[in-house]
Amino acid sequence: MKELSPVPPDALAVEARDLRKEFVRKDRKRGKRRVPALADVSLDIARGECIAILGQNGSGKSTLVRLLSTLLLPDGGSASVFGYDVVRDGKSVRRLVNRVSVEASFFKKMSPSENLHYAARFYGMTPSETTEQIPAILERVGFPPERRTEPMENLSRGMQQKVALARALLTSPVLLLLDEPTTGLDPRSKLEVQDFIREMRAVHDSTILLCTHDLNEAESLAERVGILDRGRLLALEPAGDLKARFGAETLEDAFFAATGRGFEDEEDEMDAEERKVLA
Amino acid sequence: MRAVALSLKHELIGLAGVVERNVYLTRRYIYWDLAFFVWTVANTLTIVFIAEGIEATGGQIDVDRATTTLLIGAVVWAYLGIIFEFLTETVAWERWEGTIEYTFMAPLSRAMHLGGSGVFAVLYGLVRAILLFVVVAAFFGLAFDDANFAAALVILVVASISFFGIGMMTAVLPLISPEKGAQLGFVAQGMLLVVSGVYYPVDVLPEWMQWLAKISPATYALDGIRAAILDGASLGSLWHDIWPLLLIGAACIPLGLAIFNRGEVYAKRHGKLKRSG
Repeated sequence: MKELSPVPPDALAVEARDLRKEFVRKDRKRGKRRVPALADVSLDIARGECIAILGQNGSGKSTLVRLLSTLLLPDGGSASVFGYDVVRDGKSVRRLVNRVSVEASFFKKMSPSENLHYAARFYGMTPSETTEQIPAILERVGFPPERRTEPMENLSRGMQQKVALARALLTSPVLLLLDEPTTGLDPRSKLEVQDFIREMRAVHDSTILLCTHDLNEAESLAERVGILDRGRLLALEPAGDLKARFGAETLEDAFFAATGRGFEDEEDEMDAEERKVLA
Repeated sequence: MRAVALSLKHELIGLAGVVERNVYLTRRYIYWDLAFFVWTVANTLTIVFIAEGIEATGGQIDVDRATTTLLIGAVVWAYLGIIFEFLTETVAWERWEGTIEYTFMAPLSRAMHLGGSGVFAVLYGLVRAILLFVVVAAFFGLAFDDANFAAALVILVVASISFFGIGMMTAVLPLISPEKGAQLGFVAQGMLLVVSGVYYPVDVLPEWMQWLAKISPATYALDGIRAAILDGASLGSLWHDIWPLLLIGAACIPLGLAIFNRGEVYAKRHGKLKRSG
């Protein structure tokens, strides 16, 4: 049994106003300095919506996801998830949110089954509930039953990501934060994950925030596409409107027009330390 | 009322989940644990042999009593090490595995999260401590005709409350310093035991250390366990060791939790909850 925080019917899934996050970094060359990761980001995500955020490495996508999942404290502005403030009502937010990141976050020596049993306990699920639901959920994400008891370290990245999706499904999140979930996956696994995202919306009415490098993925899955550049949200609108606004034929051209850089170009002036900070 | 009961049930399930996870991991790493236990036995033997060494070099001591005193000290040291190791690794291990973000964004209170680690650490530590005591005692052929092991066990369990509270304070160290924090847990363990008379009576220490011994839970734990095992003291007669342990435990738990929560806020402000630190 999972205990959810009550969700006000008219609350926005995500409401961010002037959200700001900086990190203090020291190095011999430049001394102590504040590195902006997010700069005055404001956005609304309606309940049941799927939006995609595009941005280069170090643009602040993961910082945004971490702020919304209460892993970081903002330095300015505010954010709420279904009306619960991410700072003041952190526990209520955590009951509503789950996250799938680019790296599979599991205990490597434990099996998929053991990892899922453990994760489910955090959400109040009893052994009888997990014994019944976990095999069904693993089957639903296409995970082969004969591999359920193998250590996670023996599984391919695609398999691990399926277990990550199963974990998210198990907890029935109202808001699902996907931080580059298909990066590094083979084409077939990528399509399976994308189908799963569509299913989460259709069947569970989940609201989805997807951070991705895959422009096609963003365009096919999301109702609105945002561009995050050096911590600033430059746009958040339907892909067609974005292309029209910048007179672009493709989303990549629109990204270039908005930021002045190609999507694959790395920040020349940003050093490795800043990229690591902002990732 | 129903909401409170539901919330409490949810929290206790989460606490049990942390215990469950540690059972899974212990099973997977069992051979490493056995190897570590063998090392602990060897290390304990090097300490306990000191009594026989003193007699062999001409010292006049009650060898069996001295051997048992050293054994109790070594077992308590090893037990405390397990408690601190599990609690400090609450953060360190999760960071290494890459699960730290997922765990910290789960809807489980930090008290229950740490409590689960503490419960497992106490259970695992007790089993290990008992095994260690039995193995080394058998090695030296020690007899305990008058020992009150039940009272000794109660003292150790009561002391565990304080150890858990102090362990929570050390658990914050990897949050502050991902690279070096975990190692400082062992510093805390050593400092606690040296002022507590782990292998010697407290009154041989300098006066300023004797004052520190008064607020160390290990002092009362060692005193009570020695009395129970060496002299067969009853639980009732050990109240002078039990009430300070309860008092210190009552202070250490909320203090440890408060310190950990402050550390968590610091980590969230400075982005130190990431898998790479």
